[in-house]
Formats: sequence, C-alpha cells, structure tokens
Amino acid sequence: MSLWWADVVDTFQRCFISEERYKLLISGIGVTIKVSLLAVVLGIIIGFLIALCNLSKKKAFNVIGKVYTDVIRGTPSVTQLMIIYFVVFATINWSKWIIAAIAFGINSGAYVSEIIRAGILSIDKGQTEAGRSLGLSAKQTMMTIVVPQAVKNIFPALGNEFITLIKETAIVGYVGLIDIQKAGDFIRVRHTKHSCLLSEQRSYISYL
Amino acid sequence: MSDVVIKVNNLCKSFKNRKVLKGITEEIDVGEVVVVIGPSGSGKSTFLRCLNLLEKPDEGEVMIDGEQINLPGVDVDRLRRKMGMVFQHFNLFPHLTVLENITLAPMKVNGLSAEEAKEKAMELLDRVGLTEKVNDYPASLSGGQKQRIAIARALAMDPEIMLFDEPTSALDPEMVGEVLDVMKNLAKNGMTMVVVTHEMGFAREVGTRLLFMDEGNILEKGTPDEVLNDPKEERTQSFLSKVLI
Repeated sequence: MSLWWADVVDTFQRCFISEERYKLLISGIGVTIKVSLLAVVLGIIIGFLIALCNLSKKKAFNVIGKVYTDVIRGTPSVTQLMIIYFVVFATINWSKWIIAAIAFGINSGAYVSEIIRAGILSIDKGQTEAGRSLGLSAKQTMMTIVVPQAVKNIFPALGNEFITLIKETAIVGYVGLIDIQKAGDFIRVRHTKHSCLLSEQRSYISYL
Repeated sequence: MSDVVIKVNNLCKSFKNRKVLKGITEEIDVGEVVVVIGPSGSGKSTFLRCLNLLEKPDEGEVMIDGEQINLPGVDVDRLRRKMGMVFQHFNLFPHLTVLENITLAPMKVNGLSAEEAKEKAMELLDRVGLTEKVNDYPASLSGGQKQRIAIARALAMDPEIMLFDEPTSALDPEMVGEVLDVMKNLAKNGMTMVVVTHEMGFAREVGTRLLFMDEGNILEKGTPDEVLNDPKEERTQSFLSKVLI
C-alpha cells in the first residue's frame, strides 16, 4: 500500500512539479483555449453562410454549399489542417495558432452549416407563408420569423459540435503547436510515465 | 357596374403530374364576399393561394386592381400588402406576443413607429374582442382566439382584400362561432373577401356569391341561395347532400 502511494506521489512529482512542468501544461491549455474559441467563432460565421447557400433558390449557391460540405466532411481534419498550414498559408507569416484556428473553423463550418440548415428546415412552412403574406420580404421573414425560432432547435446540436471541435484541436501538434496534448506528450516521452496522459485528460475535462 | 378587383384568366396549376387547376376564369368585384366550396382535393385552396402567389400559377393571368401580378419582375411583396391572408392553422408567430404578432409587419413593411403600430393593434384587438390578451403568447390562447388574432394581424396591413383558407376547419365546434362573427362583421363593413370554407351557414348568410369547385374547375356558381337550394349540376347535388344536414 505504501509502495503504491509512493509511486503515485512520485509520478505526480515528475508529471507536474519537477522542472516546473505544470507551466508547460498551463500554457498548453492556453493554446487549446485560444485555438478552439477562434475556431468556434469562425465555424459559426462560415456555417451560417454555407447554410444560406444550401437553402438558397439559386443553383450556383447550392453547388458551392454542397461541394464545401462534401469536401470538408469527407476528408480527415488532420489532412485539412496540414494542407492549410503547409500549403495555403505556407508563405504567409501569421501566428501558428491563428492559422490552426482558421483550419478548424473551416472544418467546423461544414458541420455547423448542416446543423443550421436542419434547424431552419424544422420550422413549419406556414410560418414563412404567414410572413410573406403580410408583405415581409424573404429576407425579413427569414431574419425576424424563421431564424429566431430555429435557434432554439439549433443550440443543443451546436453545443455538441463545439465539444467535438475542442477535442479535435488535440491534433494541432501536427503543425508544431504546443497545446495540452503536445505538452503532455513531451513530459511523457521524457519520463516514460504514461500515467501523465491522465493529467491531459483532466485538463480537457476541466476546460469543457 | 362595380369595379373588378380580382380577375383570373385561364389559371392552371400542376403539382408534379397532377393538374390541380384546369383553367379557372373568374372576376371578383369590390365588396363581394365570394365563398368557395367543394370536396377536398378540388383545388379550392390552391386557387386561393394563387391569388397572392403563395403558389405560382403555371399558366394564365392573375390581375389585382387591373395589374397582372404573375409576371417575372413584379414586386410581389408590394402586391401582397393589398391582400391579407388567414390560414387554416393560424400560423401565428409563437416566439412573439400577440401585440408583436400584429405590429411586426406594419412596423417592418409600412414603417410605422412602435406607438402608431400599437395604437392600431389595440384598435384591432378591440374589434376582435381580445384586448386583454395583448401581452400573451400564442401558445396560451385557444384555437378560436388564435384565429381572431390572425385576422387582426392580417387587418393591421389595411388590406383591400382578405383571403380565408378554411379558417374554421381546425377549430373545436364551440369556437367556430366567434371566428365567423368576426368575419361577418368584416363583410358588413364592405371588405372584399374570398373564403374557402365548409361552413354553409356562413355562405348563406354573408356570401354574395358562391363558387362550387370540383377537380380543378369551377363547376357551378351563383348566389348562395341558388347554388345551395337548387344546384343544377349532379356533382354539386351529391356534394351538398353529404354536407348539408
């Protein structure tokens, strides 16, 4: 029993305390927070625009929306992240975390657009007809009647999407950003204490 | 001669391969209360919805005040302001209060101030007898109350014409009367109305003209007394024998 306890204390010591490792983990949390928050904002904006494309009556917009959602949802996010970082932004000297957030925002936008589209379609057609029959334009009807009601249906699904997104950011290590996951990895590799993984997990849970 | 306000010429409409309207031609004058009856699937709702372009006609012309409205490039929103519509399922906006339901369009479309719109809304609520419900949400109203609010909402835009699409079909029998009373009042005040309904009593009492539709055509028309008491067509007779008690 005392041996086991000693081991726990020793592991804790090595994972967090020695060489001030907790600082590495804390800065990792900071990166995860920065990337995921910006990505969430971008995801909502892109998602809303793509949803409007998908719902539009104009064929050209439909095609844009369809291609976007199909391409983004059909490829792994690691691949997208690496393409954005190493190809698209290769010659642009922005902070790593901003580029990573853009990549995640683009990814999330595809999923958010489907959530918004489903939310808007869930509103009874009669609501639109009532709005239009009163002389409101299509845009006014959408913004004052349909969207406010759709938001209620959209929120729960949107919450799920963002939890997924935050966890997804664990792959930013691929482009050299040190988030919670990567910080934990460094410590783990140096001390061959795999129980350090538990500390990463706890960090994510406390963030969420 | 009175003024023609709605003129429909050879109106055709299909959904997929089913022809719902097969060339409707009809004129409606100012101040008329035209009641449209007929079996379900006869195209009476579609006919009504074509008048304010909630359905786009495939062929034919719809003229409102002498202006053809089913042409590309016509400002549909402007024309719809002349026509109020009341739906079978009320279609009140559930996220807005009764007051907001009524004032939304006058403020957004006609640019009324909040006070002007409210004043007008209170007047209309008084007319439909629901002033005490002004700050309630639609969910807390009965069916009859909802429909009276829907009528007030449509009237708030000062329409020249009111279209009613089976306004009492979704109501409990007890509540039909209160809605019909509001409609009778409107008719008395000279509003031009087109009413799709199964309420033969209403048709008889306030209808100036009655159209019987079947399979996309207007089969028979005349004053309510003529059509209801002495139908010429066999189809009309068999329909009425099932509806009238």
